[in-house]
Amino acid sequence: MDPAAPKSTGITRRKFATAATAAAAGFVLTGCGPKRLYEMPRDRLRKALDDMEREYSNTYGKAVTVSDTGAAPGVLFGYALDLSRCIGCRRCVYACVEENNQSREPQVHWIRVLAMEKERGIDFAHADPYYQPELVPEEGKFYVPVACQQCRNAPCTKVCPTGATWTEPDGIVVIDYDWCIGCRCCMAACPYGARRFNWATPSIPPDELQPNTHYLGNRPRPKGVVEKCTFCIQRVRAGRYPACVEVCPVGARKFGNLLDPDSEIRYIMEHKRVMVLKQELNTVPKFFYFYAT
Amino acid sequence: MAGIRQFSRFLARCVRLVLRGNAAYWGWVTLLLTLILSGASAYADQLRTGLVLSAMRDQVSWGFYIGNFTFLVGVAAAAVVLVIPAYVYDWKPIREIVIIGELLAISAIVMCLLFVMVDIGRPDRFWHLIPPLGRLNFPRSILAWDMVVLNLYFAVNFVVVAHILYRAYGRRPYSKRLVVPLVLVSIPMAIGIHTVTAFLYNGLVARPYWNSSILAPQFLASAFCSGPAILLVVLQLLRRFTRFEIQNEAIWKIAELMAYAMFLNLFLHGAEAFKEYYSASEHVLYTRYWFQGIGEHRTLVPYAWIAVALNVSAFLLFIVPAARRNWIALNLGCLATYSGCYIEKGMGLIIPGFTPDTLGEIYEYSPTITELRVAAAIFAVGFLVFTLLLRVAVPISLGEFHEEGADPRQGAPAVKPAISPSAAC
Repeated sequence: MDPAAPKSTGITRRKFATAATAAAAGFVLTGCGPKRLYEMPRDRLRKALDDMEREYSNTYGKAVTVSDTGAAPGVLFGYALDLSRCIGCRRCVYACVEENNQSREPQVHWIRVLAMEKERGIDFAHADPYYQPELVPEEGKFYVPVACQQCRNAPCTKVCPTGATWTEPDGIVVIDYDWCIGCRCCMAACPYGARRFNWATPSIPPDELQPNTHYLGNRPRPKGVVEKCTFCIQRVRAGRYPACVEVCPVGARKFGNLLDPDSEIRYIMEHKRVMVLKQELNTVPKFFYFYAT
Repeated sequence: MAGIRQFSRFLARCVRLVLRGNAAYWGWVTLLLTLILSGASAYADQLRTGLVLSAMRDQVSWGFYIGNFTFLVGVAAAAVVLVIPAYVYDWKPIREIVIIGELLAISAIVMCLLFVMVDIGRPDRFWHLIPPLGRLNFPRSILAWDMVVLNLYFAVNFVVVAHILYRAYGRRPYSKRLVVPLVLVSIPMAIGIHTVTAFLYNGLVARPYWNSSILAPQFLASAFCSGPAILLVVLQLLRRFTRFEIQNEAIWKIAELMAYAMFLNLFLHGAEAFKEYYSASEHVLYTRYWFQGIGEHRTLVPYAWIAVALNVSAFLLFIVPAARRNWIALNLGCLATYSGCYIEKGMGLIIPGFTPDTLGEIYEYSPTITELRVAAAIFAVGFLVFTLLLRVAVPISLGEFHEEGADPRQGAPAVKPAISPSAAC
């Protein structure tokens, strides 16, 4: 190169080459490294979650935390719901929406409460999810709330083509919202209609955003991915009850560690007769239903 | 180096070739481009706003897009109807048109992949499926299997067709050592792609309408009707507008094979309907939704019976030799087969599978304008690809389009000297 030639841009060949190499290396490192949160090393995961915290805090104008609390050893979460107590008030539905940052417009509900006729027993074909009487419970009706059944033999994780959904060691079936491609195979595979798709961009008023989140649970979701109940992973891994358990006015909802012989859930399994929905499908749910009275 | 220069000259000449054509050709291409533009703008809206612009919801989470995908995998698989007799039984009249079937398969796979692409919520993350950048949940996920076999099938057909045509362009005989094994592999693969696509639905215990072992055979039967139906029309058009020679007996033979496939298709449907209605378990709801409707929910009922009527009349037209030798009856039969299978496999398979949903709710799905526009555009892309491929392949096969200076004595047109029976066995 002629040293006398005027440098019009101030970008030398060396600078350009350095920048290009750095960009290429960055692309390769970010592109080729494990991107699934599932297999991300602990330190890289924390860094990724710090980025998420910054992003959410900026978007919603308040301090949002994204926890990375892992599964505790010796814990397998289980749930039991007393059908004879449930009055169909749907408080659990809305407590869940608030706790887990579901979209308000369009509305996304992780819990669906089905009104059923007492004379038919549990019969999905005649169930009504849109009951709107003045007062619940109605004469002759009983109510079956359904959310993710956290199957031990989960049909949904099996079909996912990218491995974006899996069962955690404490038994919670989770979704990586940054890895899901939105093919909805899992929704076709779920026998309980538990999975929800973000058909539009989810919207949450900033003042209603619940800022204590978990990366596998209630952090804000983007458009075009699937979400569902995680037993309130952000709460139960911190030793609290799921929001639906706390809000239930009649105490129909019970939760605990299936591996702890002194837990309430084990007491129920020991002293009541529990059942699971669609037992013939061999999904082996960790969500049980029972009639206590 | 000479080879590369030669190949780039070939590509340049191909481009010039497809840019030449009469008014009808340009009218057709303009129509396709218009549909593509309309669909592209609809898809841009869908990308911006989300799949909320479709009629799909949590209750019916797959719809028109996946229905079309399923149907077109069948069309792609159907190329084997022609490949089997051509190569295995060395049946000459059909062998000449095998290449057209393979081109159709290539176009159909392009449409299949596009239909999957427009259906997913995050097309920007498509690379998550491609190792080593992404992660393919293979062998557990059947969609992962489907992506693998569809792309392999595409590659095999593409290599065979490209090799045969490029050699014919240079007036050289094609390599039997390359083509024969690939063609023989493509036969089980064609059956494979459709079986795997059937398993995509079949393996879902949550959906009793699909969770029946008759699904894969029935998929194949209906594919072997609808794929050749398109081909028969294309072959007649080619014969009319080019010097491409296709014997009547080849066309009649295909029609006869379609009659058998349609019989099998109707039989398997009948077997399934018997099982559902006679045993009358709670699973009959889905079949009832399709054929009779549930309460006031009867959106699909007319489609169901139109499909049955079309399929039965197509069978009657093709099984009677005198009827399939009558050109009007033959083409009516093709139209009936195509539309019958399209309804039955698109809407008739996907929607009743989701209605009522797993908790018993009935959401009546019917595609939106956005879905129709995007789907029309994808069909237009497929037809455009097919048209352009034929625009190059037909003159090559006829020996009208070849390398300048190539010795015409050294090789014959591509479709004529196929594999000898001894090589194929």
